[in-house]
Amino acid sequence: MKLLWYILGATGLGLTIIPALMVFNGALTSDVHKNCMTVGMFLWFVAAGKLIKR
Amino acid sequence: MNLTEQLNSVEEYERGPIPPKAVKKWQSFLGLYAGEHTAGTEFVIGPLFVAHGVSTGDLLTGLLVGNVLAVLSWVLICAPIAVRERITLYYKLEKICGPSLTKIYNVVNGLMFCFLAGSMIAVSATAIGIPFDLPLPKLTDFYPNSATWVIIVLVVGLVTTLVAMLGYNLISYVANLAAPWMFLVFVAAAVAVLPELGVHSVSDFWDVANAKIWTGVPIEGQSKFTFWHVMFFSWFCNMAMHIGMADMSVLRYANSWKAGFGSISGMFLGHYIAWTASGILYAIFLQNAADKLAFAPGPVAYYAAGVAGVVCVVIAGWTTANPTIYRAGLALQSLSPKWKTWKVTLIVGAITTVAALFPALVMKLLDFVALYGLILMPMGAIIFADVYLLPKLNLAAEKAEKNKLSVNWAAGLTWVLTLAFCLVLNFSVGVEIFFLGLPGWFVAVGLYVGLSKILK
Repeated sequence: MKLLWYILGATGLGLTIIPALMVFNGALTSDVHKNCMTVGMFLWFVAAGKLIKR
Repeated sequence: MNLTEQLNSVEEYERGPIPPKAVKKWQSFLGLYAGEHTAGTEFVIGPLFVAHGVSTGDLLTGLLVGNVLAVLSWVLICAPIAVRERITLYYKLEKICGPSLTKIYNVVNGLMFCFLAGSMIAVSATAIGIPFDLPLPKLTDFYPNSATWVIIVLVVGLVTTLVAMLGYNLISYVANLAAPWMFLVFVAAAVAVLPELGVHSVSDFWDVANAKIWTGVPIEGQSKFTFWHVMFFSWFCNMAMHIGMADMSVLRYANSWKAGFGSISGMFLGHYIAWTASGILYAIFLQNAADKLAFAPGPVAYYAAGVAGVVCVVIAGWTTANPTIYRAGLALQSLSPKWKTWKVTLIVGAITTVAALFPALVMKLLDFVALYGLILMPMGAIIFADVYLLPKLNLAAEKAEKNKLSVNWAAGLTWVLTLAFCLVLNFSVGVEIFFLGLPGWFVAVGLYVGLSKILK
């Protein structure tokens, strides 16, 4: 289960930064990039909430 | 356990050294500093450098030198004293300066923290206000510009205060949770708008940066900044925390003075990369804006990063405001140790929220941050001299506690005379506020040692 949270967290961070690099290279539109960032945000907070203990 | 019992059980060790079980590893501070300094202020300071007409070369070199000096100030000055004493700044000041002088300091300190936290609540409000068509505040605004602004600030202030009431552990946890993501949002948003500015490859960056971002030409009505402004600002923007010793209250939890290196995460991810990134975001905002004086971090982030950008501004403001309100609570609690931390925090939160109603706190953030560090700095210099210099000169350290003094006049006069010296430099010689901290610190150390000898 922990591995799943790691993968989800990494995917969340990936969806935050990688689409921006693709916009820079002209491979993605700005709107798609923003949607990816929103999905990435949800994934990160769900996964990090499970992985990082108080 | 009901909420009141839960709040009463929050133990922050305000009146004694922290026990070994409460000591934290350096990683806790890495997350804390990254969260605190990749924060709401970054959405303001980076753009204000652009507004003040910094050139690209001056910005990048000034930030490098200034941030290295800031980290060294934490590592070499604040952290060693924090782990050696393991008590709050306020308790240490009571031992050196006496309870009455410490109370005056604490009120000043607490109010300064309230204003800083207030500016962060205002930054969050610019993001929360987007769906409500909040009229954008301007660089020249002082008073609230709409009823919507007032309502949103009040709501954000209330939520921030409630969370701060739950204590340091929760703040540290949320900062750790959000920090990596927030940093990536800053970077991603800046990278994604670069093509709109005309940067299509890395080799384009320098020319475009000089022509469209850090042009070296200030916006009308703003003063011109140079390398020295950037360097001293980035070194001293947290002067109250490192040289001023406010972070004794946080770093006393560290297992070693080396935890001061945790500030690297804040200085270089936050104050270097995030300031640079937010400057880029502001440049694209200026390029498209009808009103060049409009200044609102929320819409700037929304344009570049959509919903994630808005959430980032809200969380960034929140993770700065929370520890600042917490620190202000500790400062004011020392007026009466019997007060419960959460009740003091509630009062502090109310003051902070009222301050946040005034957008001038955001627009003049550079000057305010420099002023607040400067006012608190002499007490840090006094602690430094009391811990390291007085014992070597056979003068009594922690004199107020040993002699049961209400006021240690050597400390009181040092504080007043140092600020008077800085005031003269500012008004008579024309030295700008950003440059007063360095000579002021040496003057404070010299005055305290000299006055301690005279008033022995």
